[in-house]
Amino acid sequence: MPAHNIGGYVPMIDGPEKVSGRAKYTADIVAPGQLAGRIYRSPYSHADIVSVDVSEALKVPGVIAIVTGADCDKGFGVLPIARTEYPLARDKVRYRGEPVAAVAALDDTAAREALRRIKMTVKELPAYYTSKDALAPGAALLHEKKPGNIERDVLFELGSTAQGFAEADLVLEGTYNCAEVCQNQMEMHAAVAEYDAVRDRMTVHASTQVPYYVHLMLSQILGMDMSRIRVIKPHVGGGFGCRTEALNVELIAALLARKANATVRMVTTREETFITHRGRPETDIKLKIGMRKDGRITAVECECDQRGGAHSGYGVVTILYSGSMLYAIYDLHNVKYTGRRVLTNTPPCGAFRGHGTVDIRFAFESLIDELAIALQLDPFAVRRANLLTAPTFTDNDLMINSYGLPECMDWVERESGWKKRKGKSANGKGPRKGWGMACSHYISGASKPVNWTGEPHATVKIKLDFDGSIVVLSGAADIGQGSTTILAQTVAEVLGLDLSRVRVVTGDSEVVPKDNGSYSSRVTFMVGNAALEAARNLKSVLTNAAARKLEARPEDIECLGEVYRAGKQDKGATFEEVVTEALKDTGTITVTGNYSTIPESHGGKKYRGAAIGGTMGYSYSAQVVEVSVDEETGVVTVDKVWVAHDCGKALNRLTVEGQVQGSVWMGMGQAMSEEAAYHDGLMVTANMLDYRVPTIQDSPPIEVGIVESNDPHGPFGAKEAGEGSLAAFLPALTNAIADAIDIRFNDLPVTPDRVFEAIEKRRRALEKKSGAK
Amino acid sequence: MARLLSCRLNGRDRSDAVADHILLLDYLREKVGLTGTKTGCDGGECGACTVLVDDKPTLSCLTLAATVAGKRVDTIESLGHDGQLSAVQRGFHEKLGSQCGYCTPGFIMASAGLLRRNPDPSDDEILEALGSNICRCTGYVKIIEAVKHAIALGKQGVAP
Repeated sequence: MPAHNIGGYVPMIDGPEKVSGRAKYTADIVAPGQLAGRIYRSPYSHADIVSVDVSEALKVPGVIAIVTGADCDKGFGVLPIARTEYPLARDKVRYRGEPVAAVAALDDTAAREALRRIKMTVKELPAYYTSKDALAPGAALLHEKKPGNIERDVLFELGSTAQGFAEADLVLEGTYNCAEVCQNQMEMHAAVAEYDAVRDRMTVHASTQVPYYVHLMLSQILGMDMSRIRVIKPHVGGGFGCRTEALNVELIAALLARKANATVRMVTTREETFITHRGRPETDIKLKIGMRKDGRITAVECECDQRGGAHSGYGVVTILYSGSMLYAIYDLHNVKYTGRRVLTNTPPCGAFRGHGTVDIRFAFESLIDELAIALQLDPFAVRRANLLTAPTFTDNDLMINSYGLPECMDWVERESGWKKRKGKSANGKGPRKGWGMACSHYISGASKPVNWTGEPHATVKIKLDFDGSIVVLSGAADIGQGSTTILAQTVAEVLGLDLSRVRVVTGDSEVVPKDNGSYSSRVTFMVGNAALEAARNLKSVLTNAAARKLEARPEDIECLGEVYRAGKQDKGATFEEVVTEALKDTGTITVTGNYSTIPESHGGKKYRGAAIGGTMGYSYSAQVVEVSVDEETGVVTVDKVWVAHDCGKALNRLTVEGQVQGSVWMGMGQAMSEEAAYHDGLMVTANMLDYRVPTIQDSPPIEVGIVESNDPHGPFGAKEAGEGSLAAFLPALTNAIADAIDIRFNDLPVTPDRVFEAIEKRRRALEKKSGAK
Repeated sequence: MARLLSCRLNGRDRSDAVADHILLLDYLREKVGLTGTKTGCDGGECGACTVLVDDKPTLSCLTLAATVAGKRVDTIESLGHDGQLSAVQRGFHEKLGSQCGYCTPGFIMASAGLLRRNPDPSDDEILEALGSNICRCTGYVKIIEAVKHAIALGKQGVAP
């Protein structure tokens, strides 16, 4: 019988390295003769640079090279339309902590001493730390070509909101504020750059999700031909989106290595990792929704301002996602969206897990909960009144082929005992109990890549040689989500072989095919489909070889994995024999699998940027959150979370559960405790104590239901599993708190201070009222 | 000033010339080359660098190397016997207590320290023992399952 490799609980194939300390991360690459790299960062938020004097720093014993903005006049940035950032600031600094110079020295002590002796002279400019201040009339511009400090504004109205609101029985409005949050992945940013002056070649090891984008940016900022650059991605300690673009860290390490003619290891501190940032922007939302008595939504009007920080990064895409992803979860018409991505003197934001969708979903699911309460409808009923029917296209031309949201809602409603418990808690003495629910969704990879080159969206190679081992070559970056395991499972499944026969080689541009990288939950869908095609091509080669060997027709050959046979009675040939036969004419076999998205999935053209949001498949999620609120202290405890996620088909139930639990939990951090705070532009929460991540003692049990809607385009029917469940937690929490204590929190995070203050405010108001009587 | 540091590291005695200001973390990673122990923060915030000093979970980033003179130091590289993963390692691997793997050595050493002193801890004792380690991937649910799996394996005689 062929071995089966998908659908079960499969531990990660690189797990043994990780649990034994053998897995090498970038900072673990320690070699004799390496130089230590350190970055000098701007102590000013906004200033014209008059001079950067490194003469005293160069005198420090052990200092080998120093680079400044004068060493590189090429801009970088992930979006070809917004490459306004320099690896080291030139002419101007725009946030506190922006790299200005960097030192390579024999050891870290010398490098740090050199930093102390760098003298920067500036002419300070007015600095803006909030969207409001940056948008104020007459504010100084961060970037000359961006009037009003607006990186990008978005406006669309599809249908007629005027008509939609007129048809509503109830219209409610809400304003929401979500604090800026950081990925705070466990591995701090690191790069090891090795320059070979004799052959003019550069090798860079980087802690990145996107080795290919790093490759492109290295070529651009070094002015080196791409063929002279090699990018290696070792094990990566998480990313959650902050590593989905080339970061200044790897670019600066390369500039230093070339200037020093050496290998430079650049390991940033936790504080620097925070300041390198690319987190989720602080977001202000004004939302208005009209609803009929039966729960049907008639119109939506949404205004969204994102404090993007000093450079664009992915900003243009983020503000577009926030609008386009209002759609594709419910059946909406008459929607108006106004978005502004604002430039401020804070570190640049980027693409954080759930990119662009999370804060908007928080506002939306909060307001429809309020509408449900006002119209005396059950929160589940309100959502069920607005379901889509797949297959369909939304008003903004997003293609939907599979839609497991109804089943997700059914699962969490049933498993949480919602009907029995909601509204029936015996709230006597002690903490007050409450239940809330919400839904969310996400894409399985953006259908249009950032860099449109005309190549397939994903390419996988499989090598088969004399030893009979199946070697999968892929550029997909495993950052802990388990993509390497999924690729191995996919290939093993097609060939009917045990997983242990398959090896996966990734992360070295010299060996593996290019891949766009691990972001927007694209890998299982796109690279998985490419792996599927490659494996089928290999199976066809092996089947033909078996036919020759067994003197049968290829269509009569049956593949049992370790045995190929011609009919049930045939003893057949072993896998090894078939491999030997297959290699006879050609030697080492390499097969290719490609995957490209279909044009129908590319989004529309109804407004500028309408392609953003287009994907081959949307995942769906529903959650129920149970809380206890202590009214004496303001402490909210999450007692339990039930989450159901429609991932199309769970190729690996263990890793799907892990991804969904991790998403929910990360949403919990954003909702309850995490916040990047600034004082005069200095991030004062740039450590893991003040940036308050939930500990194991704060974290609830999270029960996961897997819904399989079998997407017609996904590999074996699969869609994404790693992001879509994050967003629903936030509103499910605040809906639960509202259920418990009848106070609704529209500003995040909901800290004990905020809860306590709100309870006190209500108490004082009640006292005043009764006193007035 | 440097002096000779003698300790029993991962079951073997060794002596190295180590400067007084060197942290145990840097001694292990940069001097000895045991990079399994991770640096996750700027000091004492995340638990990624946890090692065992005389069986006690210790943050190597807050410990001067010189202070472990004459003591037993065990790092992640010491676990596992005869080519087999230890009970805690198996727990984290088989139950997906490890995703990106970066916090994993710290969690595994904190768990191993717990199980060495208490082979059958309660749920609360597990949470307390791991309360100063941060993981950003798992939401901790599967980490708790991993430790419980290790406890069960321990009862079958697999070393922690």
